[in-house]
Amino acid sequence: MKDPQIGKAVPRKEGREKVTGSARYVDDLTFKGMIHGVTVRSSIARGRILGIQFGEGIPWDEFTIVTAKDIPGKNCVALLIEDQPCLADQFVNHPEEAVVLLAHADKYLLEEARRAVRIETQPLPPVFTIEDSLARKQVIWVEDNIFKAYQVEKGNVDTAWEAAEFIVEGEYETGAQEQLYIEPQGMIAQAGPGSRVTVWGSLQCPYYVHKALVRLFDLPKEQVRVVQTETGGGFGGKEEYPSMIAGHAALLAWKSGKPVKIVYDRAEDMAATTKRHPSRTRHRTGISRDGKLVAMEIDFTLDGGAYETLSPVVLSRGTIHAAGPYSCPNVRIRSRVVATNAPPHGAFRGFGAPQSVFALERHLDRVAAAVGLTPEELRRRNFIHEGETLAVSQVVREKVQMDKLLDRALELSGYHEKRKRFATENARGPIKLGIGFASFLHGAGFTGSGEEYLASEALVTATREGKVHVLAGSTEMGQGTNTIFAQIAADALGLDCQQIEILQPDTALVPNSGPTVASRTTMIVGKLVESAALSISKTLQNAGLLKAEYGSKEFQDACCRYIEKFGALQSLVKYQHPQDLHWDDGTYQGDAYGAYAWAVYVAEVSVDTRTAEARVEDFVAVQEVGKVIHPVLAAGQIEGGVAQGIGFALYENIVWQEGRMANGQMTNYIMPTSMDVPNIRVYFEEIPYARGPAGAKGIGELPLDGTAPAIANAIAHATGADVRAVPMTPEKLMELLESVHA
Amino acid sequence: MPEALRRIRVQCVINGKAVSLEAYPMARLLDVLREEAGLTGTKEGCGEGECGACSIEMDGVLVNSCLVPVLQAEGAVIRTIEGMAGAGQLSAVQQAFLAHGGAQCGICTPGMILAAVNLLSRNAQPTESEIREGLSGNLCRCTGYTKIFESVMEACRLLELGK
Repeated sequence: MKDPQIGKAVPRKEGREKVTGSARYVDDLTFKGMIHGVTVRSSIARGRILGIQFGEGIPWDEFTIVTAKDIPGKNCVALLIEDQPCLADQFVNHPEEAVVLLAHADKYLLEEARRAVRIETQPLPPVFTIEDSLARKQVIWVEDNIFKAYQVEKGNVDTAWEAAEFIVEGEYETGAQEQLYIEPQGMIAQAGPGSRVTVWGSLQCPYYVHKALVRLFDLPKEQVRVVQTETGGGFGGKEEYPSMIAGHAALLAWKSGKPVKIVYDRAEDMAATTKRHPSRTRHRTGISRDGKLVAMEIDFTLDGGAYETLSPVVLSRGTIHAAGPYSCPNVRIRSRVVATNAPPHGAFRGFGAPQSVFALERHLDRVAAAVGLTPEELRRRNFIHEGETLAVSQVVREKVQMDKLLDRALELSGYHEKRKRFATENARGPIKLGIGFASFLHGAGFTGSGEEYLASEALVTATREGKVHVLAGSTEMGQGTNTIFAQIAADALGLDCQQIEILQPDTALVPNSGPTVASRTTMIVGKLVESAALSISKTLQNAGLLKAEYGSKEFQDACCRYIEKFGALQSLVKYQHPQDLHWDDGTYQGDAYGAYAWAVYVAEVSVDTRTAEARVEDFVAVQEVGKVIHPVLAAGQIEGGVAQGIGFALYENIVWQEGRMANGQMTNYIMPTSMDVPNIRVYFEEIPYARGPAGAKGIGELPLDGTAPAIANAIAHATGADVRAVPMTPEKLMELLESVHA
Repeated sequence: MPEALRRIRVQCVINGKAVSLEAYPMARLLDVLREEAGLTGTKEGCGEGECGACSIEMDGVLVNSCLVPVLQAEGAVIRTIEGMAGAGQLSAVQQAFLAHGGAQCGICTPGMILAAVNLLSRNAQPTESEIREGLSGNLCRCTGYTKIFESVMEACRLLELGK
């Protein structure tokens, strides 16, 4: 048997193609006879469509033109519900809403043509803020502008305030954030032969796109095929929006009879696609004389944009994470996501949790100051332990050790020494140093009964030559799916990673493994891959073709003999929900997640009080994520997530004008460069999780949760500024610094 | 017909081979490389010279090919990612990116590798801050850059060993 592949930094499966430039992304593909497609969008936020004018000077008869009336099936992007049209018909509900599609072989002429289309509208009054939406200044969604609301109740908050020695309140805000994958979104579609639609593209969730196309074209499932091309980053941004672009490309292909490519340029991508939901959180917290949390009342609101899309699910995760890794007997969380006339906000790594965790961790530093405890002491007195219950009344069954993570993070960052030193150093000079931290958890996999409902599948097959194929709908988008699955299958079979091949996700070939989101791919789908691989070797052993101990030669011989004798050698495994995990969607109580990742992040910042610029000087990320499957990929996930969190905290500011992103260019929407991030120091604690493959839990989204509050707490420490919002741009920090000195 | 709408021929050397490309004079070198020369390893991330995904070497200088009109490439010696690996053998920078997690989604990788190679051609032993500065025109959304710095450091070691 081979040495274990898990725990080793084996080469990235598709790494060679990526470093040689031979990996093929959607825009690198050309089909015979292919033409290009573009989208004409609404210029107003809300209104009635009166007509569409095609200007002079364009040979319109050469163009394929698609509007809502060309849609063969239902005009919607099918997701949770079917409220979002694929092409706006009589009404537009946000700026940049797609109305008309054009296709032509000449890209340059196509751009001219796009500018020559005029959509005539009669504007209606729009709503752009959470406040105006809640106040129902205009009712734009059903009766109350609320897409979804939740209420979590634990203990009795109303009677708990009496036991509180201190009550601390606060309101916190986070802004929208662009995913900013470096590969813009794109799709190629082909219609036919016969009534068939195939799309190739940059996407996270092949079966989401498949579902949307089936509905849009009203075709049988087997007549729609979705193939993922190499995907240049997703971060949630390619979870739901690819269904829209796939629909557009497919409609043009359907009408023109030619393959159609739609690839957005950066400006269109930023203007039209989803972003992280802006949030507002209010906290009211009761603390006993000895520094124990006795009551937490949390009010959490997200701006969902113009259509429901995934907002209820984003809200759900944000709600469940809002009370953090703490034990408090009385908790009430009320949350809702509201409609506005902005393009729909959507999935972005962390999925609601970075918003509510920012509020909580910033709030707890303020609580600590109010009750006269250090930030670390307040948390220590309230950390959750095995056997205690989270806000949703989930009993923690993991061996959670938040104290240990905190100790290690504070030690590795030199927290105590710096806290002392900065106090004296900051007295002189304009540069102020600060250090702060956040402690947090992140649930892996779909929330509550979500995994049970998904019922994901993965397939492992073996060839006559002893090659093992993994077939799953899970996509590689940089995070390492291919490599991780190869390691898991290799160890289950006692083989080398090189003997494992991960097939390109293609709905005509791979089973539905659920979406590649929610930190679920390694933990949930990886476990299915492990089980399927194990059953291949069991099958061979049961057939008497393989001994318990074997090498790759014996495995190959056994595969060959089995296939000759019995035919295909394969194992399809379906997710089985653990019997002891219970969730009640009605009361929002129960086992919200099978497992959590636990973490403490420490940020050190410098603030130049002359320019009000904050910089992150050092960053320590300590987390417990179960078994680490691949040390380099895992550290890479955390480092990349922290860098995105630094952007969320300091730089990435979306300027909204009438519901439209006004700074939709990389020139003025600032993401961190190599000069803006410190060396991010990553440390893992590994407590194997019994239900994860080789003991692994999910990690993908975790680093987005704790980074921004750690930085905000460090800025507060450095300057005394009462930071309540991110991104903390110099403009906003300057105002705060002025109020400190006033 | 205005000059800008007449296609021209541009002679240049790409990855060691003399080529003749036909294109509109103001066509972006990026598009000509990808569509006329078939070199799709050079990527477009932003189209405005901010992200560096389209970085190539032109006469030894690192440029954003999305900002270069093809007529400027007349007589130029151009290097793209396709010219980095020789005869199936990865270059030191490519090996290091592969081994040290310098590539995740891979879309910034060709430009990032060009930027690293260009940096090392000017400065064989850069300090960490010189690496940071040298790569600051190339945006990566996946790695947080830490693994890219490690990859470049490792490439320096490999190049030193290979001497």
